[in-house]
Amino acid sequence: MHITKDLVAASATPLVLGLLAEGESYGYAILKQVNELSGGQLEWTDGLLYPLLHRLERVGHVESAWEVPPGGRRRKYYRITDQGRAELAEQRRQWAAVVDALRGVWTTTLSVKPITVPVWTAGL
Amino acid sequence: VSVGGGDEVEGQILEWRAYVHRREELHTADAEELEDHLRNRITELTQAGLRPDEAFLIAVKRMGSLDDVSREFAREHSERLWKQLVLPAEPDSAAALRSRREFWVMVLCAVVAALAIKVPGWFGRDIVGDDAAFYARNLSLFVLPALAAYFAWQRRIGVRVIGVLALLFVLGAVAANAYPMRDDSQTLVLTAIHLPLALWLVVGAAYVGGEWRSERRRMDFIRFTGEWLIYFVLLGLGGGVLMAITVGTFNAIGVHAEDVVASWVLPCGAMGGVIVAAWLVEAKQSVIENMAPVLTRIFTPLFATALVAFLVAIVWTSNGIDVERDALILFDLLLVIVLGLLLYAISARDPATPPGLFDRTQLALVVTALIIDLLVLVAIAGRIAEFGFTANKSAALGENVILLVNLAGSAWFLLGFLRGRLPFARLERWQTRYLLVYAVWAWSVVLAFPLVFDFA
Repeated sequence: MHITKDLVAASATPLVLGLLAEGESYGYAILKQVNELSGGQLEWTDGLLYPLLHRLERVGHVESAWEVPPGGRRRKYYRITDQGRAELAEQRRQWAAVVDALRGVWTTTLSVKPITVPVWTAGL
Repeated sequence: VSVGGGDEVEGQILEWRAYVHRREELHTADAEELEDHLRNRITELTQAGLRPDEAFLIAVKRMGSLDDVSREFAREHSERLWKQLVLPAEPDSAAALRSRREFWVMVLCAVVAALAIKVPGWFGRDIVGDDAAFYARNLSLFVLPALAAYFAWQRRIGVRVIGVLALLFVLGAVAANAYPMRDDSQTLVLTAIHLPLALWLVVGAAYVGGEWRSERRRMDFIRFTGEWLIYFVLLGLGGGVLMAITVGTFNAIGVHAEDVVASWVLPCGAMGGVIVAAWLVEAKQSVIENMAPVLTRIFTPLFATALVAFLVAIVWTSNGIDVERDALILFDLLLVIVLGLLLYAISARDPATPPGLFDRTQLALVVTALIIDLLVLVAIAGRIAEFGFTANKSAALGENVILLVNLAGSAWFLLGFLRGRLPFARLERWQTRYLLVYAVWAWSVVLAFPLVFDFA
């Protein structure tokens, strides 16, 4: 299954903030966690995560620091701020509303038969 | 963290890093962050059993196209100024298609203008010979119609407006060529100077897309004029270097390229350059916007100082202004430059910012220019009283009166703005409305002066 670009983009911010709410992390680890949580179905272009992280930092949802893990290379770690937590709570409310609405739609339409191909396209 | 794959992959990562470095959107820290990511990905893939070089390929692929990544970085870090220079266009978007088409229409217009100046040559009008007067009075007619056509196409101007513009160009062509002016007459020189001005304002009507009543659009045109001038001078400097080197190197091998350069490269290049400069202003708008205000900020205080020094020298030596004709032209030029600086500063200014030191400097510049203009007017009036009206003196008188009124108005509105009584927009409106005065004056010099002064 392929998840469309718009959905990926819309869910990126709450996902990143949610993961950072559990503890500080760095780009690659965040990406791996997203991959695991979605069972490999949410595919992000690796490079595009970083502009997103920078944006969250600029608006003050996260803060960053370069750290050197023992025996390793310099790495940039991100950590959520209080403002970021507030934003996460707000996003959760919005997503809950969307999910509820969708669930309502699914239960009414699931009883309907799957959409059949209209006759006039049969010859194509 | 060891990549676990030997020197080959290290080398590839270094190469990748160098490639990323060429992207100005990505600062060193960003590149480092991305590299860390790349190494993590490679480590993971090699641990899963891939060979290091395979892992490298996949890791790079998953990073995404560098175009996309750097575009996102540029979007996020919009304060990095060069953004406008390097932001690649969205692939296959309608905007990219349109800008490509704009480019080719511009090239077409530039070629038409460049060839137009060669057409009279095919009918025996020699550009380097006796027909210099013919070229002098018609120069603007070769290139400005093509420029107006470019804007007419780009702004999708209606047929009626195009008709009016075409009519004005025909009117200018008739006035410059049908009047029986002798080659050495004053009215011919005046036409050669004023027709380009008159037609430039016609181009302005095309530039604003026919909305010549709109003051905001008029201000855009004033800004465009200043930026166009900067680009044209830059192109001219580059072209001059190119021609000098070409002639020099051909001379070194015993071939004389002067004639080709003088009869083809120079005229065609100058005509095409007018169009290319206009296109550059439009296409690279944000680049010059950063440069032109800087130039006005540097030169406004410098010119103000020079003018004050000049006034002090007049008072000190109690010498009046020499009324030689060349000197008067020099003063006119000086006043036009002052006006240009003022106009450009106004057009580049954010009307919302409060008055500051720069506005005071500007007021000083305008007031000193005003005084000098008065002195020049006195000198001209003296000459007219002594020798009577001629075409040249009448034109000089008219121009100085026009400049005097403009500078007086500007000084008044600037003063009001500095004292917090008038909004800055009043000064803007004064200048945009004044465009009409220039148009009326330039056209009357072209159309009426030869008749009034009997083609002398």
